[in-house]
Amino acid sequence: MSIEVRDVHKTFGTFAALKGVSLKIQSGELMALLGPSGSGKTTLLRIIAGLETPDDGSGDILFHGENVAALRAAARHVGFVFQHYALFRHMTVFENIAFGLRVRPRRNRPSNDAIRGKVASLLKLVQLENFAGRYPSQLSGGQRQRVALARALAVEPRVLLLDEPFGSLDAKVRKELRAWIRRLHDEIHITSVFVTHDQDEALEVADRVAVMNEGAIEQIGTPEEVYDQPASAFVYQFLGNVNIFEGRIRNGRLRIGCLELPVSSPESADNQPARAYVRPHDIELARIVAGEGVRRGTVQHIHTAGPIVRVGVRTFDGSQTIEVEIAREKHQELDLRVGNVVYYRMRHSQIFVEDYSI
Amino acid sequence: MRFFAPKNNVLPGFRLAMGFTLFYLSLIVLIPVAAIFIKTAAAGWSQFWQTATSPRVVASYRLSFGVSALAALANGVFGLLAAWVLVRYEFIGKRMVDALVDLPFALPTAVAGISLTTVYAETGWIGQWLKPLGVKVAFTPLGVLVALTFIGLPFVVRTVQPVLQDLDREVEDAAASLGANRWQTFYRVIFPALWPAALTGATLAFARAVGEYGSVIFISGNMPMRTEITPLLIVTKLEQYDYAGATAIAVVMLVASFSLLLLINLLQWWSAHRGT
Repeated sequence: MSIEVRDVHKTFGTFAALKGVSLKIQSGELMALLGPSGSGKTTLLRIIAGLETPDDGSGDILFHGENVAALRAAARHVGFVFQHYALFRHMTVFENIAFGLRVRPRRNRPSNDAIRGKVASLLKLVQLENFAGRYPSQLSGGQRQRVALARALAVEPRVLLLDEPFGSLDAKVRKELRAWIRRLHDEIHITSVFVTHDQDEALEVADRVAVMNEGAIEQIGTPEEVYDQPASAFVYQFLGNVNIFEGRIRNGRLRIGCLELPVSSPESADNQPARAYVRPHDIELARIVAGEGVRRGTVQHIHTAGPIVRVGVRTFDGSQTIEVEIAREKHQELDLRVGNVVYYRMRHSQIFVEDYSI
Repeated sequence: MRFFAPKNNVLPGFRLAMGFTLFYLSLIVLIPVAAIFIKTAAAGWSQFWQTATSPRVVASYRLSFGVSALAALANGVFGLLAAWVLVRYEFIGKRMVDALVDLPFALPTAVAGISLTTVYAETGWIGQWLKPLGVKVAFTPLGVLVALTFIGLPFVVRTVQPVLQDLDREVEDAAASLGANRWQTFYRVIFPALWPAALTGATLAFARAVGEYGSVIFISGNMPMRTEITPLLIVTKLEQYDYAGATAIAVVMLVASFSLLLLINLLQWWSAHRGT
């Protein structure tokens, strides 16, 4: 079941939450809507579900080519998993999962035996076989989330929508659950959209990522595409740590203080202010000068905890501190101490003039 | 006796506080209630039975408990509705309406009784319109119902309101996305969350109504066998210096009220333990 969103606008009072969003999700795809809070990602998800309506006269929502914009949530056959689970507190896990089947009109409501069978198979799927009789308050956060998922899947939805599904879980459970969700999706292949503000989550779990900012989609692509070829400065910045160098373009070269980077810029960009974006792991460190484009700095701080070592390097002119990430072996080889003189070189950078990549 | 005090309480003084609570409850509730039983026992079983089961007294039980239950039911339904409106909708004068709900608490009951009688009498503002329809309110059991509904109004509204405010709107979205229609969402999702609070409110309204005196005696007309409430009979007996008779009726009311409250509390305990 493919999903298509066409030119959807949504305004709350005077706040424009969505400014003409269009999006196509392929059948069987797992798509992430990634963005900071207030970017409109949850609003978009709720509009797809039918829990929110677009502004009058704007936009269409198509499921498999069929326009569902006029249908209420109950008629759209979507599974929705809420950030805070929204389980029914007075019902057992079993009854929560069975809810969607029990509220069906009598003529296509399954028999009690069929419901029991269905719920049992879902409990097995979410690995909660022994919890059917528990109440939501007796479960941990991760377990509640899985009940919410089973409840959404019970109605055999055409699409599955998840709002910050791992948002309120602690770091470890979160990691487990997202790997599990990915496996589950590979197993049942239901078209799914999930909202997140965590770039690691989006890049790790999704087939494709739509990066949103201020009510618009900045870029849609595979995790590799959005990470390696960000379409805008916002996407570059949002998808990971970044060092920003302010400079000016002169004769096809970006000058940043005494550093010069070659750019293939059009004529019009000449003499324009521009910024070079460099990921911390795209900077090389050395104790001696070797090769071209090498700059001098001093080590300001070193964080050795974790799989990579983060080094703060103060530029020669003292104007900024660059964050550099190097492998542990490299760090041992260099034997850096705070205050040491070090030489750095940018392996890869992306240059933006007024938010446009060149 | 051994008390189970939490080991590492932030605030000290468990023994003192517990002792004071027991003393206070004894002084205010337990001793006066015990006095009723002692007084009744002193008069002897046969006299107690005779007073407590005389036809006029039995008719008053029926009126008092029956109409109080009806009034509590009415407040349960309409109090829920009022709480819903006050929590879920925004309208001009909402704070005013909200304050109005407490009025039956604040008004002296005699004032309430007199104004209700004035309004519902055959010549009153509302009574004159009801009369052609053949509905008599003042000086009938219906009048008693009106008075008892009036004084019980705030209970359900005030117990349901906070629960409704805390109710997660997402569960309604969840029900809708699972295919439930509005009615199903209400009775399967919202109502089960609200009904313990509504029941508490209705219980309080019922308890208040059973003991209500001031507002009822004006509008009821106090006709023996028809519109006489039990508290009025107690007062009548006291005025005739028939203390044994008064306490005998009091004991019946006490036992009946206590059993009903216990029953409702059990019901609530049961419902609370399903959800937690």
